[in-house]
Amino acid sequence: MVLKIEQDYNRFKQIVRGRIKKELRKFITNGELIGKQGKDLISIPLPQIDIPHFTFGSRQKGGVGQGEGNPGDPLGGDPQQGDDPQAGNLPGEHLLEVDISLEELAEILGEELELPRIEPKGKSNIVHYRSKYSSLRRTGPDSLVHRKRTYKEALKRQILAGTYQTERPIILPIREDRRYRSWKEEKKPEFNAVVIYMMDVSGSMGQEQKEIVRIESFWIDTWLRSQYDGLETRYIIHDAVAREVDQNTFYHTRESGGTIISSAYKLCLKTIEEDYDPNEWNIYAFHFSDGDNWSSNDTQECLGLLANQMLPKLNVFCYGQVESEYGSGQFLRDLNERFDEKEEKVLSSRIESKEKIFDSIKAFLGKGK
Amino acid sequence: MSTRLTPELEAIRREVEGYAQEYGLDYFPVIFEVLDWNQINMVAAYGGFPNRYPHWRFGMEYEQLSKSYAYGLSKIYEMVINNDPSYAYLLHSNAEVDQKLVMAHVYGHSDFFKNNIYFGQTNRKMMDEMANHKTRVKKMIDKHGMEAVENFIEVALSLENLIDTHAAGIRRRRPVEDDLSGENGERPLVSKLKSKDYMDKFINPKEFLEEQRLRLEEAKMQKKNFPESPERDVLLFLVENAPMERWQRDILEIIREEAYYFVPQMQTKIMNEGWASYWHSTIMTQRALKPSEFIDYADHHSGTLATSPGRLNPYKIGIELFRDIEDRWNKGKFGKEYDDCDDMVEKKRWNKNLGQGRQKIFEVRKIYSDLTFIDTFLTEDFCREHKLFTFAYNPNKQAYEIASREFKTVKGKLLDALTNRGQPFISVTNANYQNRGELYLVHEHHGIDLRPDYAEETLKNLHIVWKRPVAIETKVDGTEKILYYDGKAYQESDKNREV
Repeated sequence: MVLKIEQDYNRFKQIVRGRIKKELRKFITNGELIGKQGKDLISIPLPQIDIPHFTFGSRQKGGVGQGEGNPGDPLGGDPQQGDDPQAGNLPGEHLLEVDISLEELAEILGEELELPRIEPKGKSNIVHYRSKYSSLRRTGPDSLVHRKRTYKEALKRQILAGTYQTERPIILPIREDRRYRSWKEEKKPEFNAVVIYMMDVSGSMGQEQKEIVRIESFWIDTWLRSQYDGLETRYIIHDAVAREVDQNTFYHTRESGGTIISSAYKLCLKTIEEDYDPNEWNIYAFHFSDGDNWSSNDTQECLGLLANQMLPKLNVFCYGQVESEYGSGQFLRDLNERFDEKEEKVLSSRIESKEKIFDSIKAFLGKGK
Repeated sequence: MSTRLTPELEAIRREVEGYAQEYGLDYFPVIFEVLDWNQINMVAAYGGFPNRYPHWRFGMEYEQLSKSYAYGLSKIYEMVINNDPSYAYLLHSNAEVDQKLVMAHVYGHSDFFKNNIYFGQTNRKMMDEMANHKTRVKKMIDKHGMEAVENFIEVALSLENLIDTHAAGIRRRRPVEDDLSGENGERPLVSKLKSKDYMDKFINPKEFLEEQRLRLEEAKMQKKNFPESPERDVLLFLVENAPMERWQRDILEIIREEAYYFVPQMQTKIMNEGWASYWHSTIMTQRALKPSEFIDYADHHSGTLATSPGRLNPYKIGIELFRDIEDRWNKGKFGKEYDDCDDMVEKKRWNKNLGQGRQKIFEVRKIYSDLTFIDTFLTEDFCREHKLFTFAYNPNKQAYEIASREFKTVKGKLLDALTNRGQPFISVTNANYQNRGELYLVHEHHGIDLRPDYAEETLKNLHIVWKRPVAIETKVDGTEKILYYDGKAYQESDKNREV
């Protein structure tokens, strides 16, 4: 029995992909995909894909069941009718969970947002060698004999020599016919990348703002991971002082107090100097804040740090301003005043609400830096 | 991996078949194949047939089956195809005792396929037919492209339930008769009975003549209608009358044929599973079971028959009803005398030692479908003993709850769900609606509304086939409505608002 469901399965996957694309904005906005992430796969809940029929609405229908209980007692769960051949397929009420790889998700994100592929900084000086058994030679160990090719050679030889009889198709390879598998070394330039996320966790950044940051960095991560083999991430939080934390803390701490943005930039610089040589690494820095800095002096210091020390080392610096009731939003204005359109390495966007995440991602990643 | 039975399994098969014969089961030859879980999921996705036309819905089915297997939610134990020979699939990783159970179960199914009259009209070479369908569809794909064919299949599938469940048993359409009246005659001529002049007004009284004339006139009016009388086989009507390309007509025919093939399985789900379970349990407990296998058998058998409150398990209800019937006919607990007896104690002790039980259930499996089976054999005692109830949705609590344990209500609800295999009655009544060649369907409303969003989408699909505006008459929340789609806009209007 030969089974060929592959084709139908792939068609189905294509359709699912189309659905995800269509629903992507929704997924990005409500952030429900985060936390559904496994090691390589992410499981996406989609509305059941179903073929419509003239059929009964299920709520009115009710049915027959079996077991203990008195009239008026609730049934556990959503019942399905056993005598109904469609049981378990009450569409729309059930979700279809599809697994797709993070890579594929990034691809969909890229297509939908029309993100250009990132051109890594032209440093292919880190070279990675990989050997692959992709060639043949005439000598080698017996364990690597390529039988198919050996017999092919023998057949060729026998035909040429006229010793091949079609009615007795026996092929006997001799020493000269032997072919062995052999490897080739492939040079592969390797690009390393690091993303440094910075977030303002001062008192004015509420739960909602952090959620936005969380969702946005998830998608940025997904995209950048698809572009670089080994992506590292570092997290810095700051109020009046900055410190490096792990991912979990990054999203969940709520500090209070004032805001001194330069503290974060200084720590960022220190991290880069210690661990990431700009000649070997593609370095991304993202900073999210509500734009309320302690003093304009500090803002000036920040801009100075950016212009003179950070930008030369970075691929790109992205500033996302998450609006909050308490924030004045001054920092974004100052930033844009200092760096105008011509400075391609500085990208900024205002994220007023979750709906804006989509556009913000596009603003950050749409340049292909 | 070879899918043939291993010598050990073949020995078991021979043993089980021997018992099946001994009990008088009359089945098609059964070909067993052993598959691993991935293969069995694939076959199951295709509805048991190794060759189906290509379509993504099978891929979806496969994804769901594999996932629920991988998460340990479900496992397919057995699958058997109504075909001559019957094909049955065994799961490679099952224990020997399971395979034994499944084989006994399969022989039960095959006996049912062969003998139940509702299966009488099904194509017993469906395995080959499905493969032919696949070839035909593949050729269409080569010619018209994947996208076009796939989309049209989807349209056809969306209409697949619009067939006439009872078509196999009833010939609804009379062969085309000669015109009842002369084509041009305004008043149809009534043929009189021969009589002498003076007897005429007695032999052909005026009222009789008038009646005849009306009947003929009605018949003539009917001829003006198209279709003449409401057509429940909507798919057939479309195949014959909708403006389509040939390959599209071909697809519609394929889908229709496959839909009809599956109808008896839906009509006899309870009986079929009940019958097969009755036999696996009988064969296993009376013959095949070794003492060492007993616990595993009991575990899996009870798993198959497990009930949960919101779901009626067809295996359970079926096997219990067959056992109940066997018991009643063994003891003579039927007929007027038994029904008229008021003494509960005596009724309980009733035993006339008739011993007709086995014979009776063989008869039942031959001539009943779920609907008539439940109608005839579901008794009040049975209903009480098996704790059946109806449930309904309570909008206040936004949950389902137990509605009633009253016998009549339960039985009524059950019969409702089985009538027309749980599908709405829909027929074409007019193919020239509004005198504009629009298609008009009527949904006979029996208390449950159509699912509105699906109705809209289905109407759109119908429009793709009919190419002119389409309408369906139904009820929404108690008011008669006409749902209408003209290719651009969908609308829902009150039926009686129209002039």
